Amino acid sequence: MATTMQCDIVSAEKSIFTGAVEMVVAAGSLGDLGISYGHAPLLTALFPGPVRLILEGGEEEVFYVSGGFLEVQKEVVTLLTDTAMRAEDVDESAALKAVEDAEKAMSNQNSEFDYSTAAAQLAEAAAQLRALKQMKK
Amino acid sequence: MASGKEIRTKIASIKNTQKITKAMEMVSASKMRKVQDRMKLGKPYSQRIRSVIGHIANSTPEYKHPYFDTRDAKRVGYIVVSTDRGLCGGLNINAFKTTVASMKEWSDQGVEIDICTIGARAATFFNNYGGNVVGAVRDIGDAPEVSDLIGAVKIMLDKFDGGEIDRLMVVSNDFINTMTHKPVVNQLIPLQPSEEEGLQHHWDYLYEPDAQELLDGLLLRFIESQVYQAVVENNACEQAARMIAMKSASDNAGDLIEELGLAYNKARQAAITQELSEIAGGAAAV
Repeated sequence: MATTMQCDIVSAEKSIFTGAVEMVVAAGSLGDLGISYGHAPLLTALFPGPVRLILEGGEEEVFYVSGGFLEVQKEVVTLLTDTAMRAEDVDESAALKAVEDAEKAMSNQNSEFDYSTAAAQLAEAAAQLRALKQMKK
Repeated sequence: MASGKEIRTKIASIKNTQKITKAMEMVSASKMRKVQDRMKLGKPYSQRIRSVIGHIANSTPEYKHPYFDTRDAKRVGYIVVSTDRGLCGGLNINAFKTTVASMKEWSDQGVEIDICTIGARAATFFNNYGGNVVGAVRDIGDAPEVSDLIGAVKIMLDKFDGGEIDRLMVVSNDFINTMTHKPVVNQLIPLQPSEEEGLQHHWDYLYEPDAQELLDGLLLRFIESQVYQAVVENNACEQAARMIAMKSASDNAGDLIEELGLAYNKARQAAITQELSEIAGGAAAV
């Protein structure tokens, strides 16, 4: 039987989720990672991407975060995110359009073009789409 | 005693003032709800990040970030949060008094002080009062953005990184409820460990990707969020304090009008009585 731990997802604007979970799967800066009860204390940066929570009883919830930090203590997982939302609140058409725009901008670069901004935009939009895909699964 | 005409003008002018204070009270009351919401929304983040930082300060890390290092204080930096506008009772002056008292403790030990002000009131006060004001942010408005405050924070952090200051304090008003606000001085750097039990033994986090890079980002975010939260909370205090100040001003104006009304009636009656007795005396003389 899996033991649960406390999980809090907060963004700068509000608290998105708080409750008991069995497992947290998030996109860390060195790749995706899954955390369950008793994980060693860990501190990592988060990349834009989906965060999947396995709630007590096996139910799943998917969130989208735009980056931030993740802290693991013995019984508490805290996600400090820049912005976060439930995956069902992600606007799919807007994300698709953002991917398109960013790709277009990156392919025909001109002098005023800011590569890093476009790349960040692309990463965020792609992450939103990934969150949506995971939710639909 | 003032004549009837004089009293009448006075009453009219106080009535005008009362209209203004009444309007300001209502404006503040409606703004207060918005800023209080904003304060509540930001609170979970600032509390969580503070507890994470407290945990880190308790750990025994491989890389000791300078912000955890308590140096001998030779120079202390203050970020003083105030409002942009006045007419909010004793809110600002209480915060300044607390600041000055806390500064005095340092200066008695021969420690020098740098000040960075947020809000126009603090800038005016500390320019008059004296003190080394190294930065000032004003016109933050009712909906401050983190980006508005980064400048002020950066000045102080650069000074800390450069070894110019050894402590960083933030002074702002703590919103307890609509009626009560308490000025508080919080130490931002060096960061203080949380007093949670069970964290006092030797342990450390696993860091991904790298302790230094991670902590740099996280600590900057922490300090920005603390300053932002202080400003938002001070904003909520401002509107509440203004509402109360304006309410008591309107009430006082009401009392004053009542008193003057009484005086006016007395003066009028005295004038009539005098006139009557003059007529009666004149008739008797004929």
